[in-house]
Amino acid sequence: MKIVIVGDGKVGSTIAKQLSTEGHDIIVIDSNPRALAGSGNTMDVICLEGNGCTVTMQQEAGVPDSDLLIAATSADEVNLLCCLLGKKLGARHTIARVRNPEYYAQMNLLKEELGLSMAVNPESAAAQEVSRLLRFPSALKIEPFARGRVELVELKIPENSVLAGMPLWAIYKEFQVKILVCAVQREEEVTIPSGDFVLHAGDKINITAEHIEIEKFFRILGLFRNRVRSVMIIGGGRLAYYLAKELVAIRARVKIIEMDLERCEYLSEMLPEAVIIHADGTDREVLQEEGLEKTDALVTLTGMDEENIVVGLYAKAKKVPKVVAKVNKISFHEIFDHMDIDSFISPKTIAANNIVRYVRAMQNSVGSSNVETLHRLINDQVEAVEFKVWEPSDVVGIPLKDLKIKKNLLLATIIRQGKIIIPGGNDVIQVGDHVIVVTSGKPLGDLMEILK
Amino acid sequence: MNYRMMAYILGNIMQVEGALMGISALMAVYFAEIGELKAFLLTIALLVVLGTFMKWKVPKNRRIYGREGFVVVALSWVVMSFFGALPFYFSGAIEGLMNCWFETVSGFTTTGATILSEVESLPSSILFWRSFTHWIGGMGILVFVLAIMPLADERSMHLMKAEAPGPVVSKLVPKIKSTAKILYGIYIALTIIEAIFLFAGGMPLFDSVAHAVSTAGTGGFSVKNSSIAAYDSPYFEYVITVFMLLFSINFNLFYLLLIRDFKAVFKNEELRYYLIIVGFSTLVITANIYHLYPTLESAFRHSVFQVATVTSTTGFITANYEYWPELSKTILIVLTMLGACGGSTGGGIKISRFIILLKLCLREVRHIVHPRAVNIIKLEGQKLNEETIQGTTGYFITYILLLFGSFILVSLDNYDFVTSITAVITALGNVGPGLSMVGPVENFGFFSGFAKLVLSLDMLFGRLEIFPMIMLFSPSIWRRD
Repeated sequence: MKIVIVGDGKVGSTIAKQLSTEGHDIIVIDSNPRALAGSGNTMDVICLEGNGCTVTMQQEAGVPDSDLLIAATSADEVNLLCCLLGKKLGARHTIARVRNPEYYAQMNLLKEELGLSMAVNPESAAAQEVSRLLRFPSALKIEPFARGRVELVELKIPENSVLAGMPLWAIYKEFQVKILVCAVQREEEVTIPSGDFVLHAGDKINITAEHIEIEKFFRILGLFRNRVRSVMIIGGGRLAYYLAKELVAIRARVKIIEMDLERCEYLSEMLPEAVIIHADGTDREVLQEEGLEKTDALVTLTGMDEENIVVGLYAKAKKVPKVVAKVNKISFHEIFDHMDIDSFISPKTIAANNIVRYVRAMQNSVGSSNVETLHRLINDQVEAVEFKVWEPSDVVGIPLKDLKIKKNLLLATIIRQGKIIIPGGNDVIQVGDHVIVVTSGKPLGDLMEILK
Repeated sequence: MNYRMMAYILGNIMQVEGALMGISALMAVYFAEIGELKAFLLTIALLVVLGTFMKWKVPKNRRIYGREGFVVVALSWVVMSFFGALPFYFSGAIEGLMNCWFETVSGFTTTGATILSEVESLPSSILFWRSFTHWIGGMGILVFVLAIMPLADERSMHLMKAEAPGPVVSKLVPKIKSTAKILYGIYIALTIIEAIFLFAGGMPLFDSVAHAVSTAGTGGFSVKNSSIAAYDSPYFEYVITVFMLLFSINFNLFYLLLIRDFKAVFKNEELRYYLIIVGFSTLVITANIYHLYPTLESAFRHSVFQVATVTSTTGFITANYEYWPELSKTILIVLTMLGACGGSTGGGIKISRFIILLKLCLREVRHIVHPRAVNIIKLEGQKLNEETIQGTTGYFITYILLLFGSFILVSLDNYDFVTSITAVITALGNVGPGLSMVGPVENFGFFSGFAKLVLSLDMLFGRLEIFPMIMLFSPSIWRRD
């Protein structure tokens, strides 16, 4: 597909990279030649310098006959104007990044008027992910499928765990929990395991199951922790606002530490249930005074990745049970695994994933199945995709053991009329099923692609 | 430096060269030239075996940066020229390895300077390979490899940038692979059209194809001793003139024509300058040589052919302009240095660089008049960034230094001033003929081995636009860290 991306910032370039590796024709517009030079050298895309919000520029980039226009500049207003122009010029679909909570709240109306296909709010999406983590703090990462009926959860196997040294087929026999291990990360190596795979202490594993089963599994492992009751947030940006809103709704006590007085006043006005502290969240005195040691969870959301990591590490040293740090710019994922911080979140990656999912769904709107959800795991090395099966095809109605399925690919779960099936060799896929596939190979656009 | 990836790319290139040589081998079978067939098969076997060996292990880390791109492009041209020379050597068609190397480098770099005084007696398959090297080198072998196989993840642009001529390299479509395919598609189509035109005019099929591939690469190797003059046919001369000019304009313009964006073609600044230069030079030379020819038409025909041949950096000839007045000769030498448009198969300094330099001069003058004025330089209606301007001046200065350096080295052979300097100019510009002892109807056979080496390196410097070759010789690149 032909996709034009306006804005070559963090989100823009992440989307460009992912979509271009998936084989789309990408044209990036930005007014900053330095940013463009970087993108042009590292990605197979065309870069155009100029204001993407003008008709001449959009025409030069071929917006009129493009399939999708994505506006991801730093200004919401520009993004909306850009999409409006693009739609008028003839782009089939338009996606705008909208971050301002006030604009985002009226998105439904705007979407219709502007002909927008989708509005992406990285901060709001990230807030939802953090809130999931805080509701179930035992997991390092939680991704929902089928509207939350099935979850994909990441956990680390501790030293001396009962799981260490156990082959996967023995898990059900031993504990009677219906879970499926669908990806294992050992050091830098990622495996889509088979039943004979033996777990080690220190492995990071991803499991899929219903929420109740997952809770049962965590209790058996002795990793279960109740949802958090008090949360401290460092940095009062947009993400903090969205997160506080979510947390207040589940009646957690929220404390936000923010340096800027004006912002504090705004937050205090918008979030009457939360405690807003006007102070430097990187000051240890402040942290101690506000009760860092007694809080259930700490979320660091300042604009500086380094501060977020350092404060997170400090909190871990002070035995805060759950620490989540925002990392938006730094790209050294490899070292994150060695740090003691429980979870990292990156709004730009979440936003990019949302858009990639939309693009894949768009692409196979004519196919026999539809991409419903898409998550990337383990530093984007593994992908978990949920398909909805629309009509009969070569994979429907045949026992799984008779299908020639690709290597490095696992059918993790079938959801049939709300019932969850962990598939075995005799199960079949039926029309109307939701199927979750985990793969470390090529990205999947259609369920048919699981076949060799 | 990612040595493994570099070896992998080189291996690919060697295999592709082997495959392309296969066409000549088939010719040898057709013409029943047993000795030549053996020479080709031996070289192909060497290329395939070594190529397979070098790409035996697919590198895990496929990441290459600008410097790897430059070095691997320069290396592959050296390697390609070496193996390309082997069929001449094995078959005994050309005496001595240095002569074979000179001839092949001259072929791949589309120079067309030869050390042979007698080509018509050469076996057909060898003659075809000699012309075909122009075609391979014209568009660039790496671009070809990029079109047919996936090489280095998203960073292949570094390879294309290093090989494609011109101050700014741009893609036609977002995917580099599709861009390479479109470029080669246009290239092949134009070559076939020219061959058909020549064949329709009565040229033998073999000669038509050989001259078409030679024109396409803007090379200049002919299968006749006296080049195009041998046919003594105004029709051939006009056809070849038109195609030489076509192959010397930016290929992006053909793409714009294909997608029916005629306005952009008409507005193209480089093309306008180029046509003005060609038109004006032709007029002046026609007037200058009018008294030497019986009719105005023949004076014009010879004039436009010679102008096209040197600006497009091809090097075919229909008239021995050694005997033309000094003004005409000087114009032709200046055009030799200028060369063709960026993004074409031609060589030289390139018209677009010339335009930038010209505007830079004007800016200096304006700057003296209004010291506080802010002057930006525009090309094709868009503001040029200082980096491109700096790159252009840097290129020009290096070009001149290289010219003087090579001139001094070549003058060791103790031939006259005009011979030495025009030999260097024509080698650097990838044109072919110079003046005096290397004039239009002469050849380079008399130079010493050392001078031939210098000139052949000049051709590589000229074809790859200097910097990739300089990188090859710079020690900082080869250090481990």
